Amino acid sequence: MSQEAIRDDSARVPLIYDPRVRSAFFQVLLVVLLGFGIWWIVENTIENLSRSNISTGFGFLRGRAGFDIANTLIAYSSDSSYGQALVVGVLNTLVVAAAGIVTATIIGFLVGIGRLSNNWLIRKLATVYVELFRNIPPLLVILFWYQGVLSLLPSVRQSIPLPLGSYLNNRGFYLPSLTWGPGFWLILAGLVIAVALVWYVARRAHARQMATGQQFPVFWVSVLLIVGLPLLAFLLAGMPVTVEFPQKGTFNLTGGTNIKPEFLSLYLALSFYTASFIAEIVRAGVLGVPRGQTEAYSALGLRPGKGLRLVIVPQAMRIIIPPLTSQYLNLTKNSSLAVAIGFPDLYAIGGTILNQTGQAIEVVVIFMVVYLSISIITSLLMNWFNAKMALPER
Amino acid sequence: MQEHDMSWVRTEMVLAQAAPRSQVGVAAWLQKNLFASAVDTAMTLVALLAIAWALPHILNWLFFDAVWTGTDRTACLTTEQGGQLPAGWSGACWPFVGSRFGQFMFGRYPYDERWRVMLAGALFLVLLVPLLIPRVPYKRLNAILFFGVFPFVCFWLLVGGFLGLRYVETPLWGGLMVTLVLSYVGIVVSLPLGILLALGRRSHMPIVKLLSVIFIEAVRGVPLVTVLFMASFMLPLFVPPGMTFDKLLRALIGVALFASAYMAEVVRGGLQAIPKGQYEGADSLGLGYWQKMGFIVMPQALTLVIPGIVNTFIGMFKDTTLVLIISMFDLLGVVKQNISGDPTWATPQTAKTGYVFAAAIFWIFCFGMSRYSQFMERRLATSHKR
Repeated sequence: MSQEAIRDDSARVPLIYDPRVRSAFFQVLLVVLLGFGIWWIVENTIENLSRSNISTGFGFLRGRAGFDIANTLIAYSSDSSYGQALVVGVLNTLVVAAAGIVTATIIGFLVGIGRLSNNWLIRKLATVYVELFRNIPPLLVILFWYQGVLSLLPSVRQSIPLPLGSYLNNRGFYLPSLTWGPGFWLILAGLVIAVALVWYVARRAHARQMATGQQFPVFWVSVLLIVGLPLLAFLLAGMPVTVEFPQKGTFNLTGGTNIKPEFLSLYLALSFYTASFIAEIVRAGVLGVPRGQTEAYSALGLRPGKGLRLVIVPQAMRIIIPPLTSQYLNLTKNSSLAVAIGFPDLYAIGGTILNQTGQAIEVVVIFMVVYLSISIITSLLMNWFNAKMALPER
Repeated sequence: MQEHDMSWVRTEMVLAQAAPRSQVGVAAWLQKNLFASAVDTAMTLVALLAIAWALPHILNWLFFDAVWTGTDRTACLTTEQGGQLPAGWSGACWPFVGSRFGQFMFGRYPYDERWRVMLAGALFLVLLVPLLIPRVPYKRLNAILFFGVFPFVCFWLLVGGFLGLRYVETPLWGGLMVTLVLSYVGIVVSLPLGILLALGRRSHMPIVKLLSVIFIEAVRGVPLVTVLFMASFMLPLFVPPGMTFDKLLRALIGVALFASAYMAEVVRGGLQAIPKGQYEGADSLGLGYWQKMGFIVMPQALTLVIPGIVNTFIGMFKDTTLVLIISMFDLLGVVKQNISGDPTWATPQTAKTGYVFAAAIFWIFCFGMSRYSQFMERRLATSHKR
């Protein structure tokens, strides 16, 4: 058969059986349907908005907010604008997410390692913790802490005194606050110099070990530097710090730093909840390193501590980091549950603004943009960390 | 060749001896599992102390000091709060749960019509249990009934308004019933939608792929609260004026869309794990796209990701609690409403009792699901296992 004949043969296939034609047809159909759907939605929305006299656009952000916010990190009053209120909300979301991530990671790693412990009791306790917390909705845990535990604490007059001059009552946790005097920069400078020195020492020690095989106690030197230099600076600057203890008044505690029960409930619940997932991730990561690796470092004469640090953990981290990232993102997203107990995070403040102005679309767009950017930034950071931890492969 | 004298080899077997005392028995187990080293001993002691401190507190609160009978708040108040219990008393207030149990299960569903909910629940169980036990036959018929027929029967029973049943509007719904309805609909809708989205994401058609990716990533990037918020505030804006959406329906749409984005990622994981040869094998048999996916790829891919699918279900079951934020009353919402809005049972212990009760119910469901998925995983692990 000649080339011509084959071409003729294929040309006779009906158009509807040609995969390219079909795929083009379906995609065009999809685009048309979608375009029609969007047009319909936009048309309806414009109609609905003009009926309820809501102007579109982000101009409302400059309007006066008119409501107060309990937890603020930046200067804010009810005279501030909606935009500033949203910034306060974003900052609160970030603070609770960051605090939760740190605590959840610590608890999660401890419990995860506990589940692998040789100690039967510790293993069982860790299992109970994981099975208990990951099977209960986080919102329930938040409400439990808020309404079930923290609001039952004694009133201000009967505050529970805690060590270091702090108090616990139903208005939250009162801590002594530190006020830094002049000369604070000296301590910061000491810290910066210490970190730089540690970096230098670690490099030199590594180079020397590579060249001569002699080891250098990097860890203890680093601790000494990082604690010692700022301390020295602190003493040299004449101890420029005043500690302000919370004072018990008749109706309130004055002075010190107050951590509100809303923040505490949210922070505790998110940390404990996410920690149960992180524990499972850590366990899977450590179990994912083949047993031969343990035998290999023992055969090389490394002691368990060092073997864990140099052989097992770097390999386990490769398995742990990707799912850990998604847990961090989950925690950040779950911080929006704050609205249930009135902690003013982005979501709660956005909701208030929406109720006042009726700008539903703009507020939802702001939500999506902020949460998506937090997600993207966190994943980029964790991907970078992942790339650093990945073992170079051939 | 030299003769070897083999007499140093034993001629009879040594009799088996009992294992050394240090290797078996209670003492050996304790030594190995609790007191292997100084650090272990210290940890064991600390853990024992913690348990000895916490467990009596927990048991006393739950059972021994708890109040079991009563008609209102005075049953659970101490003398200084106006009741009869000794000062400093702390314990669960179970009569609160007892007197509100109907609400916790059905919300404000009319009392005379509750048999409909119970009947729907019973049907649900009758169809679900045989579906879950592998040995029971007629799986195909069972699945068609459960996923295809049951939703309509359930709609008729719960909503009513035709075929002789009184109409019960959804704002009256509440409690565990709403939790289960949300989860069931979420599961039934999200699995097929998730499969379609996953196929779309791996499709060779650029526009289909782009749209799937945008949908999945946008939904996964925002909290469910935001999706629910959109569903409850923006959906009414999107439809022509005068057309209204039921609030429960809006929440259902939000939950189902949210879950399907996560489901899509789980299914995509399974699709990626199927070797290319399987796709090529299907192609060489002359199967079309849907035949290839339906008969060859999906059965293998879904089996692989059963744990992930069940995890998504569990996550969704827990996430249904968030509807309380858009002021709907699922189990947690009803419990919260009774705690903060009802003076009949306003005592310091009410909140704890109510939440412990709700937590127990959620825990039983989630733990059951995760155990079942482990069981299925072991059962279905026929290949791909090293």
